[in-house]
Amino acid sequence: MDWTALFLSLRLAGWTVVILLPVAVLAGRFLAWNQFRGKRLVEALVLLPLVLPPTVFGFYLLLAFGAHRPIGAFWRDTFGGQLVFSFQGLVLASVIFNLPFAIQPTQRGFEAIPTDLREAAACCGMSPLRAFWQVELPLAWPGLVTAMVLTFAHTLGEFGIVLMVGGSIPGETRTLAISIYDRVQAFDDRSAAIMSAVLLAITLVTIMATLALAPRMRPRRR
Amino acid sequence: MALEVAAQAAGPIPLDLQFSAAPGEILALVGPSGAGKSTLLRSIAGLWTPTHARVAVNGDIWLDTDRRINLPPHRRRVGLVVQSYALFPHMTAAGNVAAALPPGHPHPRAEAGHLLALVGLADVADRLPAQLSGGQQQRVALARALARAPSALLLDEPFSAVDLPTRERLYAGIHRLRDHLKMPVVLVTHDLEEARLLADRMVVMEAGRAVGQGTVPEVMADPAALRGMGLRAVAATLHARVVGPDGDGLTQLETAGGPLFLPRLDEPPGRQVRVRIMAHDVILSRHRPEGLSALNILSGTVRSVTAGDGPGAMVRVAIGEDEILARITRRSAEALGLAAGVECFAILKAMSVARGAVSPAGD
Repeated sequence: MDWTALFLSLRLAGWTVVILLPVAVLAGRFLAWNQFRGKRLVEALVLLPLVLPPTVFGFYLLLAFGAHRPIGAFWRDTFGGQLVFSFQGLVLASVIFNLPFAIQPTQRGFEAIPTDLREAAACCGMSPLRAFWQVELPLAWPGLVTAMVLTFAHTLGEFGIVLMVGGSIPGETRTLAISIYDRVQAFDDRSAAIMSAVLLAITLVTIMATLALAPRMRPRRR
Repeated sequence: MALEVAAQAAGPIPLDLQFSAAPGEILALVGPSGAGKSTLLRSIAGLWTPTHARVAVNGDIWLDTDRRINLPPHRRRVGLVVQSYALFPHMTAAGNVAAALPPGHPHPRAEAGHLLALVGLADVADRLPAQLSGGQQQRVALARALARAPSALLLDEPFSAVDLPTRERLYAGIHRLRDHLKMPVVLVTHDLEEARLLADRMVVMEAGRAVGQGTVPEVMADPAALRGMGLRAVAATLHARVVGPDGDGLTQLETAGGPLFLPRLDEPPGRQVRVRIMAHDVILSRHRPEGLSALNILSGTVRSVTAGDGPGAMVRVAIGEDEILARITRRSAEALGLAAGVECFAILKAMSVARGAVSPAGD
């Protein structure tokens, strides 16, 4: 059992959720209530990681993260490290390939808020910021929770992109999913079986917890 | 010290009118659906901006397209009640009201409770909107709209989502609340009767224009203004006191113009009631008629005769303190020589007054 890999996977999923939460709220809310030219294109781009083969997506990220490419160079000049084959690079890749899982449910959550409620908030004298905290966020909450759970579970399970961008450096980029693959390659079926069972259990518990919370996820009473 | 509104727009809903409402006054915007009433109300609240408009309250300018002033809704002190009530589903009744209090209010719970008590809902403060009846939801919405101490109270078809008995109770609630309504109140409704019962003044709208404007008695007596609303709905209220059953299934009442006989009422003797008299049910005569099947002959004085575009005319007849309306032909009005100040008799069939047209007066 590769505990380092398990811890790394959880850390990666945790950071991805933390970083994506505000991104998803801002982007989902914007897409829910604004009509603009090219909205279809933006929505399609957000959905792209859902359908593109992970290896293809990982290949492009690997290229973009290279030290001689704008993104990689910017990262090196700003933070001093490299993006490819590093945990930071993995988090960034994870944030990008989880965009559809985070933004889509959040957008639906905001879309489900009736217009007359938003107008009522304004006519109650609430500033846009106060309306956001007191009315919008509590009502969009179920969508947000779905988004975060999906993102967390999906990050734990991602394989192709992690392998392309991160490789398999123990303690740095070797996630549980990668470790399982390594063990199978080394004919260590027993370890692979244990780790697979652990990953299965964690994912199942996460999803069950969400389902159990769902009826109570209606915004709390004030 | 009033609400002043002027609006012009070409589309999507054409608008071209102006009106003002005084503090404490209920002004009804009446008209068929699609006339632009709600659009006009939404432009007062800041939820929609007409091409060319000006909205000012007590001298504060909320919207002036000429001067490029356009305050967002949350900076206009309005209270708005819409047809759907738009209560926040995740907050209790008290939470909904407290949400509209200015931030930093020292005692939000107490103030919300006070406002809920004002609309008679103190006992359901902790319930969620989904646990309230339609009529209760409407009153929570009203309490919430008052929580901001608004400079203008806007009511957009607030009674149309409830059944008739509830509606009548809510009307009574508005009457009880009148003393607390110090601000101009604008009521949007497609129901002429509702406007007549609740409003002090009326603006009748058709396709974005005002086709009639004035006090309720003035507008109700103007056939040209009400043509689009259907003149058959025109009515007036006569106050009466129940005398008692008069045998053969009739109940006798006393009015300022003489006795009134109606099909049996359940009201006890001595009770003051309001009787709705439909204008098209009234016949006028210069002399007290004899040998007539109609039982009710009330004496009164003609206050005005207003001819419409068609063959009809609307006659306002003062009966004591009250005023009833009679819709007759212009030909008859001329033949009888009806004019302001002329004594006349209003004749009404007992059976033409429906039971639902009689309601207890006052509180």
